[in-house]
Amino acid sequence: MSAISPSVAPAINVNPERSPGYWSNVVKRLRRDPMAMTAAAIILLMILVAVFANWIMPSDPFQAGMLRRLRPIGTPNYPLGTDELGRDMLSRLMLGARLSLFMGITPVIAAFVFGSAIGIIAGYAGGWINTSIMRTVDVFYAFPSVLLAIALSGTLGAGIFNALLSLTIVFIPQIARVAESVTTQVRRSDYVDAARASGAKPFTIVRAHVLPNALGPIFVYATSLISVSMILASGLSFLGLGVRPPEPEWGLMLNTLRTAIYTQPWIAALPGAMIFITSISFNLLSDGLRTAMEVKE
Amino acid sequence: MDSSVISRPRPPSSHIDIGGPQQALLSVRGLIKHFPLSRSMFARGPATAVRAVDGVDFDIRKGETLGVVGESGCGKSTTARLVMQLTMQDKGELVFDGQTVGSRALPLRDFRRQTQMVFQDSYSSLNPRMTIEDSIAFAPSVHGVPHKQAIVKARSLLDRVGLSPVRFAGRYPHELSGGQRQRVNIARALALEPRLVILDEAVSALDKSVEAQVLNLLLDLKEEFGLTYMFISHDLHVVRYVSQRVLVMYLGEVVEIGDVNEVFDNPRHPYTQALLRSMPSMDPNRRTEEPPLSGDPPNPINPPSGCRFHTRCPHAQPVCSQTPPPLSDETGHAVRCLMYQPGSGHSAAPMGVAA
Amino acid sequence: MSVIDMPVHTPDTVADSTPFLSIRDLHVRFSAGRKTIDALNGVDLHVARGETVALIGESGSGKSVTLRTLMRLHPPRRTTVSGRIEVGGRDVLAMSPKELAAFRGPVVSMVFQEPLLALDPVYTLGQQIEEMLRRHEPLSRDQARARALALFERVRIPSPERRLDAYPHEMSGGMRQRAMIALALACRPQILLADEPTTALDATVQIQILLLLRELQHELGLSIVFVTHDIGAAAEIADRVAVMYGGRIVEQGTMSQLLTAPRHPYTIALLKSRAHGAMEPGQRLETIAGSPPDLSALPPGCSFAPRCPLAIEACHAAVPPLTPLGNGQTARCIRLDQTASHTQGFVHAARP
Repeated sequence: MSAISPSVAPAINVNPERSPGYWSNVVKRLRRDPMAMTAAAIILLMILVAVFANWIMPSDPFQAGMLRRLRPIGTPNYPLGTDELGRDMLSRLMLGARLSLFMGITPVIAAFVFGSAIGIIAGYAGGWINTSIMRTVDVFYAFPSVLLAIALSGTLGAGIFNALLSLTIVFIPQIARVAESVTTQVRRSDYVDAARASGAKPFTIVRAHVLPNALGPIFVYATSLISVSMILASGLSFLGLGVRPPEPEWGLMLNTLRTAIYTQPWIAALPGAMIFITSISFNLLSDGLRTAMEVKE
Repeated sequence: MDSSVISRPRPPSSHIDIGGPQQALLSVRGLIKHFPLSRSMFARGPATAVRAVDGVDFDIRKGETLGVVGESGCGKSTTARLVMQLTMQDKGELVFDGQTVGSRALPLRDFRRQTQMVFQDSYSSLNPRMTIEDSIAFAPSVHGVPHKQAIVKARSLLDRVGLSPVRFAGRYPHELSGGQRQRVNIARALALEPRLVILDEAVSALDKSVEAQVLNLLLDLKEEFGLTYMFISHDLHVVRYVSQRVLVMYLGEVVEIGDVNEVFDNPRHPYTQALLRSMPSMDPNRRTEEPPLSGDPPNPINPPSGCRFHTRCPHAQPVCSQTPPPLSDETGHAVRCLMYQPGSGHSAAPMGVAA
Repeated sequence: MSVIDMPVHTPDTVADSTPFLSIRDLHVRFSAGRKTIDALNGVDLHVARGETVALIGESGSGKSVTLRTLMRLHPPRRTTVSGRIEVGGRDVLAMSPKELAAFRGPVVSMVFQEPLLALDPVYTLGQQIEEMLRRHEPLSRDQARARALALFERVRIPSPERRLDAYPHEMSGGMRQRAMIALALACRPQILLADEPTTALDATVQIQILLLLRELQHELGLSIVFVTHDIGAAAEIADRVAVMYGGRIVEQGTMSQLLTAPRHPYTIALLKSRAHGAMEPGQRLETIAGSPPDLSALPPGCSFAPRCPLAIEACHAAVPPLTPLGNGQTARCIRLDQTASHTQGFVHAARP
């Protein structure tokens, strides 16, 4: 018995049953993960607070008042107390979310773009191109990230833009390494060989075959860097290298509230708590994403 | 043949038969491929390499199935990749229908349209993020076929290999079974309407009952589309069943080549004899008593001197370790062994002047 | 050609004919997330001392699951096992972890398909064998090493002294498999379970390993349960064969019986779908329509019925009972009267 099925011309034109794509399956699995969903909710909350801070702040975050310095939590009109210059903590924390999140996410996005490009090119090209690119990347990778961030920031000078730039440079090597490794793996698979055998040019192969398979894992790795980025940005601000006063930013607030540890420790800890909650949420979401992407039906 | 099958596709004008029926479709001449081994900076002596393919010559005739057999380290997979030009040879050339591959007359891209491959691992040969029809349509669209048309072609090929387009075109590889995926791979290989298809252990990983279905399909497609096959397999029964001629490889060389029934019924090379005797006897009353060959297939890093098989050959004589035998040039049944080389110095060789 | 006529081993000619290994009505079920997979659905198998039984089937038939259940290798949380397994009179399913540890190695041991995956890559072969020996017997290191050396010699590994200090990745495929057999035989087990041990090997090496197993079995009086999808390999080594499909044994008998007079439609179809030398050029292979059953949604009745050319309504209704066919051959089918004429058999010319 042969396996021929008599072909019927109309069968060619019927719309085939479509399976849900890869990403919609990932989202479906993610929705079933309570940890990841909680983390996503918290992040969403933070983002909303950051975006709508101007409208939901109870008081003016820049309004100082030396007479009401370091009021404790629960003071009427100042639910989370006041900082060392008498400004409302709650409002400053809300507005601070904007810069903190911005400085956490932006360098990672930029590094994702540049790092992936470098890594994918190195991974696909192989040979001496790979060696020259990756060894250069390794030089940067060899520096501890905090040290590198501080050194770059210090050289470039303080300020938000410079901090973003130095953080981006810190993350590019890390993402490039992951990108190169993933791309090398993909490049060795039979379907890439089949694509080469069909006469496709390297650019087409990268676009059609390498990118869809490599970007996913690189993306997951990148999301795990967001929390690191937030902490590094806060650290830079803490050291005076990032955001400058009076802009509210959680790391900067930690710095300026240092002396208040002895008198109002809870208030001094608040910005740290915010950093902690947000970066843990990003981590959990990233973990959940990785798990959701790993499972093969 | 089913008359309701879509009419036999006319090969595109670039696929016309140039050399005529007597011209071999593919001529492989002097292929050599060594993979250098990385060594520490402090190593002394000459660099070693894995001599995967070390001087291989054969022809594939139009419309035939050439079976290729051999064990680990013989170089058959590397040969397949060289024929596909997925790996570039160190030396040697490929001549396709009389034209040298890579020359002005036949640029690589045009060669690629006419030669395709079906891989062993059905899962890793399909992009997990592409739907089945997109995977099949990829090759034609690379060569300029508009996307809509490529999709129609993909669906008709799916139908041709026995997978209903309605059910399968929009699916992803992980949703299909091994046998179904291999059918998709076959459809994908046919999308460019090639003349030569290389099947590298294409049915080895499938269950026996599925293997039978896929083999039948391959035979039907060969007839319908006028294909030529190079069929690599370790399963000698299957090779005998599908091939007209068979090529036996050992340690990077061709040791015997000829009509499949000739070679299987009257194997000349001692290795071929041992290989055939290693097949389980299928008769519980007459079981094999002695393994025909002892030891493991050797490593192609440092092949033995002279005839590469002499270390395991029951008929080896001192001359075998000194003189590498050439492949005899009978067109019907050629063998690379001093016993068949007139005047070679081996006691079993016929009299005559050394070639 | 050096093929000598050998007497076929039937259970009667073996010294002890009471079954040493006895499996009765074995059911194994895996829970994977929301699905349950009925891997084994009533397996009955008996193996006498010194007998080799081959379990033949395709993927999903349950042959590997049977072996692993014999040694209780499945994760207990997700596996439900019912039925009875007896080895030498002892109930395997009721064993405590301590008893199991003493059971695996000295009584039953296993040889896997891919030695590179089954052997620990960071220890030498010698170390692995010595560890196994000293776990079960009070031996000094020198004594253990001497035993390991003797084992390597017995499995015909050349330069055994040197090879004891080799790592798995330093050996070739055939030698690794011999080393794994040596490891499995270290504690002198009475039953050897072999899960496709030659599938990944070249033909010339496969025949060596099959012959080695046969030789060792004669010498040591081992019982072997040999899982494979290759009927040829089974023919070289097995006294009896059990064909599995959909988690059940559908036919059992001696090797000759199954090759000359198969009775179950699946066995017949399986044998017919093999390419063999006696075929005409261009002749198409006979195929089995359809695809293997979904073990998470098994149909009631005979699991082969959806694909069987002889199936009638009664086949879909209830699982066929085991029908004895004489001389120890049995089959699970209610249509056996239709298959009695397939006696042309499948013992073809010995070579391809």
